[in-house]
Amino acid sequence: MKIGYFPGCSLESTAVEYDRSVRAVAAKVGVELIELPDWNCCGASSAHAVDPVLAVALPARDLMIAEAMGLDIAVPCAACFLRLMEAQKHLKEDPSLKKEIEETLGKKYKGTAKVYHPLTVFSQPAVKKKIKGAVVNKLKELKVVCYYGCYLVRPPETTHFDDPENPVVMDELMALTGAEVLDWAWKVDCCGAGHTLLRPEWVERLVGEIVEGARKAGAQGIVAACPLCQANLETRQKGKNMMPIFYFTELLGLAMGLKKEAEGWWKKHLISPRIIYNQAREPR
Amino acid sequence: MKKKDSDFMRRVAEEVPEVNRCYQCLTCTLGCPLVFAMDLKPHEILKYVQLGDKEKVLKASTCWICASCETCATRCPNEIPIVKLMDLLRQEAVAEGVVTEQGPKVNDAFLAAIRNLGRVHELSLIIDLKRRTGGLFKIDPDEIRLGIGMFRHGKLKLLPIKIKETKTIKNLFSRLEKQK
Ligand code: SF4
Ligand code: SF4
Repeated sequence: MKIGYFPGCSLESTAVEYDRSVRAVAAKVGVELIELPDWNCCGASSAHAVDPVLAVALPARDLMIAEAMGLDIAVPCAACFLRLMEAQKHLKEDPSLKKEIEETLGKKYKGTAKVYHPLTVFSQPAVKKKIKGAVVNKLKELKVVCYYGCYLVRPPETTHFDDPENPVVMDELMALTGAEVLDWAWKVDCCGAGHTLLRPEWVERLVGEIVEGARKAGAQGIVAACPLCQANLETRQKGKNMMPIFYFTELLGLAMGLKKEAEGWWKKHLISPRIIYNQAREPR
Repeated sequence: MKKKDSDFMRRVAEEVPEVNRCYQCLTCTLGCPLVFAMDLKPHEILKYVQLGDKEKVLKASTCWICASCETCATRCPNEIPIVKLMDLLRQEAVAEGVVTEQGPKVNDAFLAAIRNLGRVHELSLIIDLKRRTGGLFKIDPDEIRLGIGMFRHGKLKLLPIKIKETKTIKNLFSRLEKQK
């Protein structure tokens, strides 16, 4: 299976371990990721707050690149994922906007490239089967909760992802690793997103509630599927006994025996995933 | 205020006609994660928009504190696109020059980065933002500790990446500016 890959800006810097683990897991299960050549930033939370046309035009260029290659796109950042899905929706529903953007970018838009989050790609029955077969290092004794945040599930009429109040896609994938996946009430709560730049105190408050929720559920770590969520949960956590925040691909990779690679991923974490470290070195 | 109130109401009616459906059930406000920091709560914004009180809604901190998390819009029983309304308020407030929050500076820094390079280089973005908000030389020990931690763990890429087709991106920005 071949699919276009749009890493997004964070995966080039603060979330390199996410980028590396997505690529490693994909390679292991036979999903060929082809990075879109010369991709541009999707505009994130800023473009739509400033100019509705810009908010569609920026992702439109990326969609056109994938289209020209005849590929669908996997987008690991939940914010980028939503921006690309929103753009697609507007281009489909608003012919005059589509025309304006085609003229400005000098290219036609056909709407043939579909956009997926890697959670969905790795949850395809055939891929899931491969993951199951590749698990050699069951993460027994590890208790986690899955955190989806906002942009995978909302707005549901744009993202078409999973149940917007109680998604389970990530929970099901994590169960394959042998970890105990706990249920909790903060799956789709907001981490404060971009406010981390200028109002860290707001983000600390929201992150504090989410982490507390995970602790009450009995979790030792939180699994995330977005570089912004992971960064906020990791960098805005306060107090002693801080909880490690994993990318779902890191745990999948570790369970599939990518121990050496995983050592490199853990080094990028500000909160040391001590529990997992032990599992990586001495599989039980 | 520069533009007439009726112009504002016309734009609301064109882009988010659904606001008229609001019956003040408070679902939006009850689920809003950032309501603790807002002066007007989301349902109050809806009410004042219905009443056409442009000054009140544009001067409120609400749209700058809103994180566009979409919780309100997803749960609103009347399917009012509340984030679309927030975007419109952000654009109108900037156009009217009545913003007291720092939100527009974040957007400006972000978009300037995209315009120049086609991608956002996180380290440059943070420095530019500190410069724009006058916080470059303010020393916050927590933030500095965090910066050092990120650096030590190799999470900050030092040099930006520039895409090849920056010309296309620049054209896009200037074309949109001309239309305004
Ligand atoms: S949830 Fe919808 S109907 Fe209820 S108060 Fe908010 S905007 Fe109005
Ligand atoms: S989108 Fe904005 S107003 Fe609505 S719940 Fe989220 S933060 Fe609150």
